[in-house]
Amino acid sequence: MVWQIITSLILSLLSMETQVILNAKQFDFTLQRLCRQLIENHDDFSNTVLIGLQPRGISVLNRLKELIEEILDKEIQCGSLDITFHRDDFRRRETPLIPSVTNIDFSLENKKVVLIDDVLYTGRTIRAGLDAMLAYGRPNNVELLAFVDRRFKRHLPIQADYIGKTVDSLVSERVSVEWKEIEGEDKVILYTKENNG
Amino acid sequence: MDNLSVDHLIGIEHLTTRDIEIIFQTADRFKEVINRPIKKVPSLRDTTIANVFFENSTRTKLSFELAEKRLSADVVNFSASSSSVTKGETLVDTVNNILSMKVDMVVMRHPNPGAAKFLSERVNAKVINAGDGTHEHPTQALLDAYSIREKLGEVQGKKVVIVGDILHSRVALSNIYALQKLGAEVMVCGPTTLIPKYIHELGVKVEHNLRKALEWCDVANMLRIQLERQDIQYFPSLREYTMLYGLDKKLLDSLSKEIVVMHPGPINRGVEITSDVADSKQSIILNQVENGVAIRMAVIYLLAAKIER
Repeated sequence: MVWQIITSLILSLLSMETQVILNAKQFDFTLQRLCRQLIENHDDFSNTVLIGLQPRGISVLNRLKELIEEILDKEIQCGSLDITFHRDDFRRRETPLIPSVTNIDFSLENKKVVLIDDVLYTGRTIRAGLDAMLAYGRPNNVELLAFVDRRFKRHLPIQADYIGKTVDSLVSERVSVEWKEIEGEDKVILYTKENNG
Repeated sequence: MDNLSVDHLIGIEHLTTRDIEIIFQTADRFKEVINRPIKKVPSLRDTTIANVFFENSTRTKLSFELAEKRLSADVVNFSASSSSVTKGETLVDTVNNILSMKVDMVVMRHPNPGAAKFLSERVNAKVINAGDGTHEHPTQALLDAYSIREKLGEVQGKKVVIVGDILHSRVALSNIYALQKLGAEVMVCGPTTLIPKYIHELGVKVEHNLRKALEWCDVANMLRIQLERQDIQYFPSLREYTMLYGLDKKLLDSLSKEIVVMHPGPINRGVEITSDVADSKQSIILNQVENGVAIRMAVIYLLAAKIER
């Protein structure tokens, strides 16, 4: 009886499968490609700013900034934006979210803005980001860069201009972008949870 | 993120140290918000807040109202002098009438100690105490401690003296609770008649000599003499009080170290503090006012998250 329970526990743990979508090498290729696409569209970045969405968009931003600055050999303007106070699910969650730091010490008036996030899924974070961004001026135009695009189950009509990797996934699944500076390794993982009924 | 352990902000006494830390962390973010070109966020756009003031107030009322508006809440204001309270309506009746108009949160100032707690037990709304008689004034204490943290880096281990009318001051009691919870040492200083008899039981030092108190401290919080609450004469004359407990530039400059000067307002210039001290670079009085908005935004935001939909 006890063994049966233990066996079923082990089986249920095994059924929580993970699938690596991008390994470290592919991860680097993807970043390199995104960085070149950005340079292609924004020349020398003289009127362009990159804005990372807190918290996980900042990792994408920092990596891209490093790569672009290496190629262009100049510093590019970047900021971080927290969208906690602009979310549309305040009071619909169990607990309030801890706000992160917003650091935009320049005006976005007439700038070309590239919003950056790690995973684009329902589109609600981006909606809040667009709203939050307006407090810093009226940009000339805004583009969206998503390192991973979970293209199904969008709640809003929002699409990315630059996509690192498109992932087709179920609602019950989870996509996680991991970074060597945080998790120890660069990779994108899909967590699939088998539904045993 | 864990939220506050309380459903209403009645006093600092019932808050945990973690609660105060959460409020400070949230206030840090709101301080950034109120320094943006557009100082408004939409978080509370479906929340209505009533500011119910049974006692006069300028700073606190303005500060709460700004905080509410910067969170996009709908605000209704009510002051006792122009209301049916003068016609004999009870507190609960007045507030329940306001709540029937679908108000989610009540910010209340009242001359009776315990009024906020009384209300919170009887109405179906979140209650924030904006001062209840001589009991507590929690948001003032939070913004005072927050201002010390901002100026000196941390509150832990700092020595703070509260000078003046401790007996009638809700700011003093709330400050003692808040500072002690954050690990500061607190001393009160004033004439014997204005120091409550059993105050040492709260674990604070008592000093009657202003110079000794100032030499001991890192921060001096100068309180106003609350003449409106004093039913008898507690000291011979205001002039004598000023001579013994007033802080002037000469005294400030003669101290062996540079201390931070605070005042919760309104200032009676020339009584507890002279103009040159109030306007000196050691004074953080106006920073306190600015931080007041951020702190109140944080408190309202965190409590609003607890309103059931």
